[in-house]
Amino acid sequence: MELVFALVIGALTASGVYLLLRARTFPVVVGLTLISYGVNLFLFSSGRLATGAQPIIGTTDTYTDPLPQALVLTAIVIGFAMTAFVVVLSLRSLADHEDDHVDGHQDIKEPQPEQNEEVTGK
Amino acid sequence: MNQWLTAPILIPLLGGILQVFMGYAPISLRRTLAIATTVLLLVSTVVLVVLASDDSYRLYAFGNWQPPFGIVLVLDRLAALMLILTAILALFCHIFAIGGADEGNRQFHGLFLFQLMGLNIAFLTGDLFNLFVAFEVLLIASYGLLMHGGGRARTVPGLHYVVLNLAGSAVFLISVGMIYSVTGTLNMADLAIEIPKVTGENLDIVKAGGMMLLVVFALKAALIPLCFWLPKAYAKATAPVAALFAVMTKVGIYAILRVYLLIFGEDAGALANLGMDWLFPLALITLAMGVIGALGADNLKTLVAWQVIISVGTLLAPIALGSVAGISAALFYLLSTTWTVGGLFLVAELVAHQRGSAKDRIVTAPRMRNRTFLSVLFLLGAVAAAGLPPLSGFFAKLLILQSVASGPEMAWLWSVILVGSFFTVIAYSRAGSIVFWRTVDGHVEAQGPLGGNVSVAAGALVALSVVIVALAGPISDYTDATAAQLHDPAGYVEILKTPMVGEDR
Repeated sequence: MELVFALVIGALTASGVYLLLRARTFPVVVGLTLISYGVNLFLFSSGRLATGAQPIIGTTDTYTDPLPQALVLTAIVIGFAMTAFVVVLSLRSLADHEDDHVDGHQDIKEPQPEQNEEVTGK
Repeated sequence: MNQWLTAPILIPLLGGILQVFMGYAPISLRRTLAIATTVLLLVSTVVLVVLASDDSYRLYAFGNWQPPFGIVLVLDRLAALMLILTAILALFCHIFAIGGADEGNRQFHGLFLFQLMGLNIAFLTGDLFNLFVAFEVLLIASYGLLMHGGGRARTVPGLHYVVLNLAGSAVFLISVGMIYSVTGTLNMADLAIEIPKVTGENLDIVKAGGMMLLVVFALKAALIPLCFWLPKAYAKATAPVAALFAVMTKVGIYAILRVYLLIFGEDAGALANLGMDWLFPLALITLAMGVIGALGADNLKTLVAWQVIISVGTLLAPIALGSVAGISAALFYLLSTTWTVGGLFLVAELVAHQRGSAKDRIVTAPRMRNRTFLSVLFLLGAVAAAGLPPLSGFFAKLLILQSVASGPEMAWLWSVILVGSFFTVIAYSRAGSIVFWRTVDGHVEAQGPLGGNVSVAAGALVALSVVIVALAGPISDYTDATAAQLHDPAGYVEILKTPMVGEDR
């Protein structure tokens, strides 16, 4: 279980960072979401992974640490609010600049106007 | 247990909620109530400073849970100092804002007060995860404030600011998780006890967590190489918002002071003084970078935004060296620079308002209507910011220079600060002489005279540097005591043994 858990966190975070570096607003938003999923899972694991253990004393023989669950819950709520804000801001940026690049524009030269190359002198 | 500790959080919270519900009320009513909230907040922070000045730690435990379980607020001298610093800055920013900058957005006052609430939680909390929550509260309000006033120019810097801070929050959570997984606690006082006990393979996990925490705080404080988002974002923000943001980078510096003196302080065993040898050179490079940026600024607001980065470098260099005198000097400089930078943002806005289409760009333009008043304010602000005598910046820098013991650190610190100050003077005198002296004939379209609110707010913030000089004795006594208190984590740890209400039965 630990290996799968670690691989999932790694895959989520790596994909998130990759998407973040795409510098387009939609991939950036998705990337931030993936990173926050990875982070939440990581935070969950900081109380040690246990099967069949509940975070309430007396319900089972073994119990697990309740604090990471409280932390994850808070982090999820905050993460959702922030993601909603980024989505709105990205839409606004798209509307303002008519470009979904995070800089509002791309540093690509305007395509040169077509020249009449047919005039070759032949 | 001391209920007064919740006042700086509850006052802006209640005021903010009130603002949310009266978004359609007449603007004069909203302004009156908003200013009343800020004044009340200032009064409550004065009470807390008086409480804190007897060198004891005061505790408020939510739900009466004995620390380290549950959430606690802790008041000591440093927290009280940061609270009153923020409250005074906020009051003048708010007075400036009701001069017209709050129009066009019904929720400006609500966001402003929620921002203050977030700042106050960050300064009062005694819990690492709650520090994260406080950061998020103040950040989401700051996102709203940064976009206040609209305009295409604000969306791109705003987007960069938000995305960068969200990435920073992710790193913060990871480092909190790493530290928790080893120590099993997030209460700062408890961490100060648990961290020295960490051994073996767990040491590397905590070390990595601690270093990642430093990265997060460096991002908030705008330490190089994490500072390039700042000038654009601050220069594009509305003037009172930019002035309030002068305290935002100081939150990162506060967190560094708190965490790295208490948790990773000199008593932390194998992890003592974690990251401080990285911080010193980075602080000096940040300072140099800020000066270069200020020299190259093409408008007044960008110039002041780079001044924020200069002050971050100047603050973190003595903090990284970690002596009592150095931290005391840094706290003195913190007071001086936050108010001065805030005032300069407001002055830059007034200048921009008076120069028609030239705005605050550093170019020749027709004469301003209130040029005498504005040039005196700019001169005062520039002298205080660059650190020339006789204003507060000079004394603060002098204290910083005196605090360092002789050695290679002294050579580096003295040379970077002194050369940096020299070039800062050049940057300000170039900007000031072009904007105020090199005027051309002609006239800008008739602008109204400066309003009373805005003149008072900008003037008062700049004039605070004179007040700091006049009260230099008591203030440096207070910062000395604060630095001494910070160097004694054993006192902070005592809060774990504070009896809760009803426990003595």
